[in-house]
Amino acid sequence: MINHAVKLNPKIWDKDVEQVPIRKGFGEGLLAAGEADGRVVGLCADLTESTQMHLFAKKFPNRFIEMGVAEQNLVTVASGMAAMGKIPFCSSYAMFSPGRNWEQIRTTICYNDRPVKIAGSHAGVSVGPDGGTHQAIEDIALMRVLPNMCVLSPCDSIEAKKATLAAAKTKTPTYIRLAREKTPVITTADTPFEIGKAEVFYKSKSSPSPLLYKGGGKGVDFLVEKRVGIIATGALVHKAILAAHELEKEGIATTVLNLSTIKPLDERSIIELAKECGCIVTVEEHQIAGGMGSAIAEVLARTVPVPVEFVGVRDRFGQSGRPDEIVEHYGMGVSAIKIAARNLLGRL
Amino acid sequence: MDDKKITFLEKQANAIRITLIEALVEAGSGHTAGPLSMADIFTYLYFHELRHDPKNPEWPERDRLVLSNGHICPVLYATMCHAGYASVDEYKKTLRKFGTKFQGHPHREYFPALETSSGPLGSGLSQATGMALAERIDAGRSYKKWIYALLSDGEMDCGNTWEGGMLAGKEKLGNLIAIIDRNNIQIDGFTEDIMPLEPLSDKWRAWNWHVIEVNGHDFADIHRAVGEAKAEFDKPSVIIANTIPGKGVPDFERKFEWHGKPPNKEEGAMALKVLHELGQKLQ
Repeated sequence: MINHAVKLNPKIWDKDVEQVPIRKGFGEGLLAAGEADGRVVGLCADLTESTQMHLFAKKFPNRFIEMGVAEQNLVTVASGMAAMGKIPFCSSYAMFSPGRNWEQIRTTICYNDRPVKIAGSHAGVSVGPDGGTHQAIEDIALMRVLPNMCVLSPCDSIEAKKATLAAAKTKTPTYIRLAREKTPVITTADTPFEIGKAEVFYKSKSSPSPLLYKGGGKGVDFLVEKRVGIIATGALVHKAILAAHELEKEGIATTVLNLSTIKPLDERSIIELAKECGCIVTVEEHQIAGGMGSAIAEVLARTVPVPVEFVGVRDRFGQSGRPDEIVEHYGMGVSAIKIAARNLLGRL
Repeated sequence: MDDKKITFLEKQANAIRITLIEALVEAGSGHTAGPLSMADIFTYLYFHELRHDPKNPEWPERDRLVLSNGHICPVLYATMCHAGYASVDEYKKTLRKFGTKFQGHPHREYFPALETSSGPLGSGLSQATGMALAERIDAGRSYKKWIYALLSDGEMDCGNTWEGGMLAGKEKLGNLIAIIDRNNIQIDGFTEDIMPLEPLSDKWRAWNWHVIEVNGHDFADIHRAVGEAKAEFDKPSVIIANTIPGKGVPDFERKFEWHGKPPNKEEGAMALKVLHELGQKLQ
């Protein structure tokens, strides 16, 4: 069942649950951040409305810079503005920023430790008809490997607004991953959000038969109930909750963690979940290599080495299609999450 | 600028060349030609033009100097040390060594008085453009701070430099002054063989910059050019400084082979002898 403590949208199960693009929350968050702090400036590479920076640009024309199609310039100019005390937000599609300008982000932002905020919109295959060139499925890997960089991946528009406002208040270089498509609104204004903190969104009732989990071999075997931990990020959190609900009906208990900060990782919550469940499914709209699942596996391998199944893109590029159709095709839909959970229980 | 001031600057530049050669010999690696070609311009900026305070590197009202081609940092470090930002002796002993302020390419984390870290080419003009934009947001067009971007000619190959140039022209950043070390060499050879830049002035004019060409070793000429740049209100200015790579040590001059290597002990001793003799003449 839903974790009532996090005050999710009560309409989460409705077929007509409100759907809003995650990037819209960024636009609203940036406007609010700009109203709250005069140091906030906006820079965009010819995608102002598409990345929702137009709200800020209209309200603060003197604090908005139109860069043209020049993503390397986008982030290096932002670095220079940050050096003068500004809090720059740069927006483009994730494929171009941070896709095209990675070295500039590394050297001029992370190496210099400048508080530049990079909003990468249209991340994931759910970009849809635009096709594979525009579907960033490598951006988490590119950003989480950089020292000093914070990586945020909100699950809906409301969380994206909170993430944007929170990012404006830190002195840390920050990447905010956004999706293009309309996404079910699963959180509310009252749902807690804190950078670096994961939240349990769903926890089904315990199943009747516990399992003995053979742990690391050095006497760390422990008794666990038949429960699968699901850690999801971004737009797929909604699908993870739907999968959890269906698995519960099959007698498979799950706990779903919304991991909205990929770096710094909430290691304590991940370890607790691994101990509680004894196996983990990771769910992300990203290449399996180097993504959120990899980050989680890095933690678990040295702490609680439980079996992990990765739901994500398996070393392939995307293609044109309807968003849901593509997500299903590349193995990230509700059924894929359920299969991963069943596979895990088979491995125990 | 009177003769007395020019002689003072020439002596400073000579001392800075001596320091950077000593540091390079001790380091055993690093770049020689570019630092020597830019020694006069760095001296002019730090000992005459910049509004700065070496005892208070974070003074908010200071002018900003961004070194884009980080590999010529031996001259940046030597000039900053002579100006009082750090110890000349420490620089000569620790350049490029473990834990040093004076990293192989500039790194602010180790030497916070630096305005930026650099090394990968082509990103300095954009950072300076960002600084100039921030100043315009704060001060309108009644600028108080001047932003200097020091570039190499070789990094004019980089698209990022072109992007920064186009934006600064579009935004009419009159508080931005770029200075290009036009020494005609890069690692693989002479610039016009590797990737021709000429007509270089026309490229900058096409981006709506005010263009000035100078002899990069003539202090009166440099002074006149910076004055002209500051008098230009509605455009950023670029000073194309024609310089001699390896300037000051005849055996090193005009040879691209000296771009990326340091003098060994014998070559260093020879270079220092030439520079000390020149110093004597300047007395």
